[in-house]
Amino acid sequence: MAQFESVQTRKSLLTGDEAVAHAVRQSNVDLVAAYPITPQTIIVERIADFAASGAFTGQFVPVESEHSAMSACIGGALAGARAFTATASQGLALMHEMLYAASGLRLPISMAIANRALNSPLNIHNDHTDVMGSIDSGWIQLFAENAEEAYDRVIQSFRIAEAVNLPVAVNLDGFTLTHSTEPVEMLSDEAVRGFVGRPPKRDSLMDEAPKSFGLMSLPDSYQFFKEDQSRATTGSGVTISQVEGEYAKLSGRDHGPLKIFGSGSKVMMVMLGSYAGTARTTARQMKNGGEQVGVISLGWLRPFPERQFLDALEGVETLMIMDRSVSYGAPAGPLASDVMSLLYRYGIKRKVIAVTYGLGGRGFLEEDAMKLFRYAEKSGPSFESFFFYGGE
Amino acid sequence: MEGNSKLSQFQPVKSIFEINREERMAPGHRACAGCGPMIAVRQILQSLDVKPVVISATGCVEVTTSTYPDSAWLVPWAHVAFENSAAVASGVEAAMHALKVRGELKEERPVIALAGDGGTFDIGLQALSGALERGHRMLYVCYDNEAYMNTGIQRSSATPFGAWTTTSPVGKEWPGKAEIKKDIMGIVVAHGTPYAATASISHWKDLMTKVRKAVSQNGPTFLHVYAPCNRGWRFEPKDTVEVAKRAVETRFFPLYEVENGRYRVTVPVAKPRPLEDFLSLQGRFSHLLKPENSETLKELKGIVEERWSKINAAASVQAQV
Repeated sequence: MAQFESVQTRKSLLTGDEAVAHAVRQSNVDLVAAYPITPQTIIVERIADFAASGAFTGQFVPVESEHSAMSACIGGALAGARAFTATASQGLALMHEMLYAASGLRLPISMAIANRALNSPLNIHNDHTDVMGSIDSGWIQLFAENAEEAYDRVIQSFRIAEAVNLPVAVNLDGFTLTHSTEPVEMLSDEAVRGFVGRPPKRDSLMDEAPKSFGLMSLPDSYQFFKEDQSRATTGSGVTISQVEGEYAKLSGRDHGPLKIFGSGSKVMMVMLGSYAGTARTTARQMKNGGEQVGVISLGWLRPFPERQFLDALEGVETLMIMDRSVSYGAPAGPLASDVMSLLYRYGIKRKVIAVTYGLGGRGFLEEDAMKLFRYAEKSGPSFESFFFYGGE
Repeated sequence: MEGNSKLSQFQPVKSIFEINREERMAPGHRACAGCGPMIAVRQILQSLDVKPVVISATGCVEVTTSTYPDSAWLVPWAHVAFENSAAVASGVEAAMHALKVRGELKEERPVIALAGDGGTFDIGLQALSGALERGHRMLYVCYDNEAYMNTGIQRSSATPFGAWTTTSPVGKEWPGKAEIKKDIMGIVVAHGTPYAATASISHWKDLMTKVRKAVSQNGPTFLHVYAPCNRGWRFEPKDTVEVAKRAVETRFFPLYEVENGRYRVTVPVAKPRPLEDFLSLQGRFSHLLKPENSETLKELKGIVEERWSKINAAASVQAQV
């Protein structure tokens, strides 16, 4: 796609939420149905601004709940439109039922999740308990480390969703990303419009021949639908990579399924979201001092980038897996459980330390990262392998 | 919405020859014999020349018409969930508008959201309210069989006072349902909805005219259709239309419309039949006809008369203005 190469870009100072709103404005979106919730609010406010000024040319539907936000997006997608919403925390929990409907109907819907803790106790700050509660709802789940990556991934999400007939969520950490101003190199409107194009033709409620959607399925057929859906999700990585590659030609930025720092280090910290940057900076310092530590930052969680993750384990002795959510009563946090089951399935043995940290906006500084790296380096045979860090 | 030129385009249904003869519901669906809601759906769909998009809430009509790999719907149709047909329909309507603006859609279709009383009065009320307030151009149809029939006759807020259901059983302490039916029309009208009406499957010309009138409006409209369920109300399948008719003739279910806030009784009932004529056909009210429950019956008659008077008062006051 040569015509996309070396496009005009513009460096702007944007919050993560604003970057997402610009991505939506540029992406030929037909329908935004959304309900405000901290820390997602700026996304919908900016899209409303764009709609008011004529810069956003789709329909903006200010629904009365997140449940209706996803319901309206489903209706829009069934009519053949490109639909987007954004939410967080309680809002994601409220639309939980509809997440399964969207994916089960195989609808290409995009959503930004401004990750935030779940009530109770009420907390508006960042962690990943919201998305982890919905991780099995059949959505492709992508994670951004910074505002620019959130911008890029939202633009890509439309292409991915429409190619694999699955909904795509782009996760960005509440406040840390949503409300922090960062330099973001935006592509020109023309470049993005050219990249996303218009949604490809699919069966819809607008077809001349009447079609039925959302039928009831009995035990003779239900599992076939689910198996098909599962296979599509697992196999979507190929398409995601293609879209990322095509976007990289346009922007020079290829975020990929995971980012590895310190490849082959003895200790690797496995992370999701914005705190990976802190771990990486710390690892760099420690590496300069001769320590064997590195970071794997996952950009995709669903589909789990199995091959790429296993490739990153060459020479690694210890995986310290950092969860910002709790699976109460489970053997480990959800990310750690994912990794452990992957290792076991492939018969790969690594020392695993599952850490739960950063809940409800609890900070994670370089000194914290260093403490944890050191613990992983020194962990002997009787070390504690699943614990909360930073709650004291 | 006043002065909407689209209004002049609708034609009242005066005879069977003026309806669309094309069936929009294929035979072979799995609804019970004598199903009131299915009669309602057939009448609604054949009121219109154009094929509407129908968004069904979960419920009897949905499960009986759409078991994979079969669908009885000969119009574009979708089901998503129980409580959100108004929200899904909102998305369809907004999407059609967006696609039309982009030149990718020639014509917007009428959008009909279809839900039972549970999906409207109870679990779907918020989504309905939101859609009405936002002003989407859609017809929301509530087929009212006065309980959760799909799950086995549990009471809803549309179940009338005194009726037996499996969760409002009759016993020494309970008279059947102890609460009165929610005034859904009042709630809808309070939104400033341009057109809202009640209808009964027994009065098909009135029903079909109201569908046409509703669809011709440039905004949200509401049709509350009385649709008896012989399984839940405990009557013979052959009596479905008769029960619906008697509900109107006893003033139990008044037929009226509210157009831009103006009330009009479309089927006046000057001399009502005794309420017992309606109740006696149905097992769900059989206890009310026993002497020990005469007080409960009296109370129900009072509720029916009060509802009738209120609607007629609203209609006549406005007629005088």
